[in-house]
Amino acid sequence: MKPLPVELDSLACERDQRELFASLSLRLEPGEILQVAGPNGSGKTSLLRIMAGLLPASAGEIHYGGRSVFHGAGQEDWRRHRLFIGHAPAVKGALTTEENLSWLCALSEPVAVEAIWQALEQVGLRGFEDIPCHNLSAGQHRRVALARLYLERHPVWILDEPFTAIDKAGVAALEKHIVKHAALGGMVIMTTHHGLEHLPGVRQLDMGQLN
Amino acid sequence: MRRVVWLLFCREWRLAWRRPGDLLNPLVFFALVVSLFPLAVGPEPSMLRSMAPGVIWVAALLATLLSLDGLFRSDYDDGSLEQWVLSPHPLALMVLVKVLHHWLLSGLAMVLLAPLFGLMLALPLSSLPVLVLTLLLGTPVLSLLGAVGAALTVGLKSGGVLLALLILPLYIPVLILGTGAMDAALQGMPVTGYALWLGCLAMLALSLAPIAIAAGLRIGVSE
Repeated sequence: MKPLPVELDSLACERDQRELFASLSLRLEPGEILQVAGPNGSGKTSLLRIMAGLLPASAGEIHYGGRSVFHGAGQEDWRRHRLFIGHAPAVKGALTTEENLSWLCALSEPVAVEAIWQALEQVGLRGFEDIPCHNLSAGQHRRVALARLYLERHPVWILDEPFTAIDKAGVAALEKHIVKHAALGGMVIMTTHHGLEHLPGVRQLDMGQLN
Repeated sequence: MRRVVWLLFCREWRLAWRRPGDLLNPLVFFALVVSLFPLAVGPEPSMLRSMAPGVIWVAALLATLLSLDGLFRSDYDDGSLEQWVLSPHPLALMVLVKVLHHWLLSGLAMVLLAPLFGLMLALPLSSLPVLVLTLLLGTPVLSLLGAVGAALTVGLKSGGVLLALLILPLYIPVLILGTGAMDAALQGMPVTGYALWLGCLAMLALSLAPIAIAAGLRIGVSE
């Protein structure tokens, strides 16, 4: 799947009668990485949740390949093309890492067990296939969720603080994977407080300086 | 699509069996309430018989309500629900599978236990098939309607009392029809009318409740 350009058109978000941001316009081309930065409470997560389709925007539009992602055929495309990993990793403690990943992938497209093992190896969890996730640490939980980035074929990634609780080596591996995804024509939109200046082709959107 | 339904069913099945406590709680509650009544009101068979339909139905209703409070809560807390909402598969279908799975392990188990409690409350053997039939038609309605309330209160820290306030009025028709059918059966009158009404409610709940549950969950995750 090749991504199409994403366009935010004077997007606004209001929460509890407080305006987080307004008239946010932006165009993202395939192959770009967008780092959404800004102080706490500036609306980074809200922006990502609006883009994912979890939160309604109070005004404005998002276009994917020229079609609105809020309804109709554009929404169908967007649903199949974007992958969202939020603050909560969506990992069930009572299920093993393999069962968790198998179900999370099945929500878009079922994958083979071998592919899951490979993805677990990529995130350093080989040998933990049959371990229930409540026996894992917070960082390992996050790694299980991030293993989806090695499994699923979505061209657009929306990642909310993906580096939380991940160790240095893990962060480096993930950065490499993100750059590789962008180099292959994928698109990444992420929030992080971690500096990404050393990565090639990262665009910054500073939510603190919008208003 | 069929594959997702099957995988979801397997997931729910695994989750349920790895936390058997959640599974047993409603059944134990149901058994406790029903078995306390003869102790409290005395063992007079004629009195027990006249009270039995009401006692069994009220116990089943409260046990269902009790078990539904947490139906979506853990999926909401760990972010699974977000992923369900974002999935290209229809959310209404997925919640229908989840609720029916929940009913299989709680509602159906109560239906199967009910004849035993019926005998304990001195119901005549001839009325037990009616008891099973009405519960079989009525408990899915209780589960589906309760799940609507559970979906609407999913974002609240303790939605228990609110859930009861929201849902109990909707339970009343099922309660009246269920106990009405049992009273008719005890007096030797036909129960077809009651059963058909319960069947109608079951069909209505099966077709419309999943849409309402999905809408409630969408609101819940957008908070």
